[in-house]
Amino acid sequence: MDPVLEVKNLKVQFNTLEGIVHAVNGVNFTVEEGKTLGIVGESGCGKSVTVLSLMRLIPEPPGRIVDGEVIFKGENLFKINKSSIQNIRGAEIAMVFQDPMTSLNPVLTIGYQISEALMVHKRISKQEAIRRTWKLLEMVGIPLVKESFHDYPHQFSGGMRQRVMIAMALSCDPSILIADEPTTALDVTIQAQIVELTKKIQSQLGMSIIWITHDLGIVAEIADKVIVMYAGYIVEEADVFTIYENPVHPYTLALLKSLPRVDSKRYERLAIIHGSPPDCLHLPQGCPFVLRCGFAVKRCSEENPQLKNIESEHKAACWIDVRTGKTR
Amino acid sequence: MNDEHVLVTVQGLKKYFPITKGILIRRVVGAVKAVDDISFNIHRGETLGLVGESGCGKTTTGRTILQLYRPTAGHVIYDGTDLTQVKGQSLRNLRKRMQMIFQDPYASLNPRWSISRIIGEPLRVHKILEGKKAQEERIKHLLELVQLDPYHLNRYPHEFSGGQRQRIGVARALASAPEFIVCDEPISALDVSIQAQVVNLMEDLQDQFGLTYLFIAHDLSMVRHICNRVAVMYLGVIVEMSDRDEVYDHPQHPYSKALLSAVPIPDPRATRARQRVILEGDVPSPSNPPAGCRFHPRCPIVGEECRVDIPKWREIAPGHFVACHKV
Repeated sequence: MDPVLEVKNLKVQFNTLEGIVHAVNGVNFTVEEGKTLGIVGESGCGKSVTVLSLMRLIPEPPGRIVDGEVIFKGENLFKINKSSIQNIRGAEIAMVFQDPMTSLNPVLTIGYQISEALMVHKRISKQEAIRRTWKLLEMVGIPLVKESFHDYPHQFSGGMRQRVMIAMALSCDPSILIADEPTTALDVTIQAQIVELTKKIQSQLGMSIIWITHDLGIVAEIADKVIVMYAGYIVEEADVFTIYENPVHPYTLALLKSLPRVDSKRYERLAIIHGSPPDCLHLPQGCPFVLRCGFAVKRCSEENPQLKNIESEHKAACWIDVRTGKTR
Repeated sequence: MNDEHVLVTVQGLKKYFPITKGILIRRVVGAVKAVDDISFNIHRGETLGLVGESGCGKTTTGRTILQLYRPTAGHVIYDGTDLTQVKGQSLRNLRKRMQMIFQDPYASLNPRWSISRIIGEPLRVHKILEGKKAQEERIKHLLELVQLDPYHLNRYPHEFSGGQRQRIGVARALASAPEFIVCDEPISALDVSIQAQVVNLMEDLQDQFGLTYLFIAHDLSMVRHICNRVAVMYLGVIVEMSDRDEVYDHPQHPYSKALLSAVPIPDPRATRARQRVILEGDVPSPSNPPAGCRFHPRCPIVGEECRVDIPKWREIAPGHFVACHKV
């Protein structure tokens, strides 16, 4: 099956007073139709910048898309003009952000904000837009839709606001929904509600999802394929079961080992990853993970490994085979 | 557990924050019942976990125990002394023995102060060490304890990463050689790969100095790892409390069950196979909590008595307490 979205060799930099921040350094991935891609990584690893630049939403300047292609439905999104990208943004590719309070306009009713998107993108009448907004609010589980239509964002709780954001994102039937840490600001019981809701909607509407998070637990639950990012590079990519059961990059391996589990009685000391993530202003020579890696050899600090196939559909960027400890 | 093992006893603790109206003539029109009648013990040398969703009163509980907030009612007995009855210098003397680690390592360190001044503040306030030389030695030693190099002494907070700042917060808490530390979400602002570093450090320090922790967190997986006993809070009350394995493997209160089943497991097969209890709706406002059992509007097994009577705090097995009509 053809992918809905194909990202090729994406490189994004930011010019700052201290120098150039290498936020995304040559990232390749595809999103399949109706599937969920999970992108995991710690803060500053470039996961948000990656998806923001897909929709050309990073501020330019200081940001700069240095290289790369984003192929969506046969078109390179980096080549088309501003008005065409506006037709895609929000309509074909929609986004849900982390903080629902700051991404909703506090002085407009939620009904207005959702129906506005419909009127802009679908060019339908106001009455029709209102009717569709009711339907959307009902779909995301907002009670009393006709009354809630006239409510302002502050009248909703965090979880309800995120439902409103999802309704807004779904308003134009997008082929891809990008969710950037949509549950990070929410409590676990509310997070579970939003995850269930997203899964239900995906099975109804069949859109693809890119779910960005730092939480390896959520990814295990929702993703079909997982990408692990570190310092602007993809370090490992595989289907969700392989990533968790057979990780081959030392970073993925170490992250999974450092996590305690709510369902486990094993209370030995947590494995730790020494040091902290590198600063994308001064990336080390060679592999970006070299200074924190327990497997590193001489070559790791000289040459940066490319993302390569380990097995079919399982890629990693590492010189070492962690199972044997030998170089590949 | 006999009394010798108990370091802190909390009895009927309540903390209400007034809601006022009016500008010139302020009148109290209601109260946010942040903590509403809770009782428990903290044993010497243990880590007691306090879990619950945001707004359930975990932080208020921690702060009220330390008398950073004066309680509306109830008692906090610390090693035989009722903290709610002492004030002034005698309270300050007791404060040496209790410290706090805060959630946000960016907001809890003064950006204009050097690390040595930040860590040395408790030494000065409590007049623990006289003399610059002795203080500096002590600060260096504290930095080593939290695995930071002593040459950082004259640096400022902005020069450190989040994990390092949290270590500085830990060093400051240790400065007055306390026996009891309230850790208010000490790792939730940190990156995944840094959390384990700080947790291991806290465990080492506990072993080394016999510290007692009240560990407030919403990360239930980490709480299971670090705590000996766990108390589950909902809307200002404790609904269940027991040893960690009891609470996690055999939760009795429907809220504990739902909360635990909502925690994602980093294992795709396990997490997809298990039965989840998805709670409906949101946590009600603590200014107007539901009558009867506070959990009844969201409870999947709610009955008639739950809407009317407040459930009693009962011991259903040795050391396992639950407040629920249906258990």
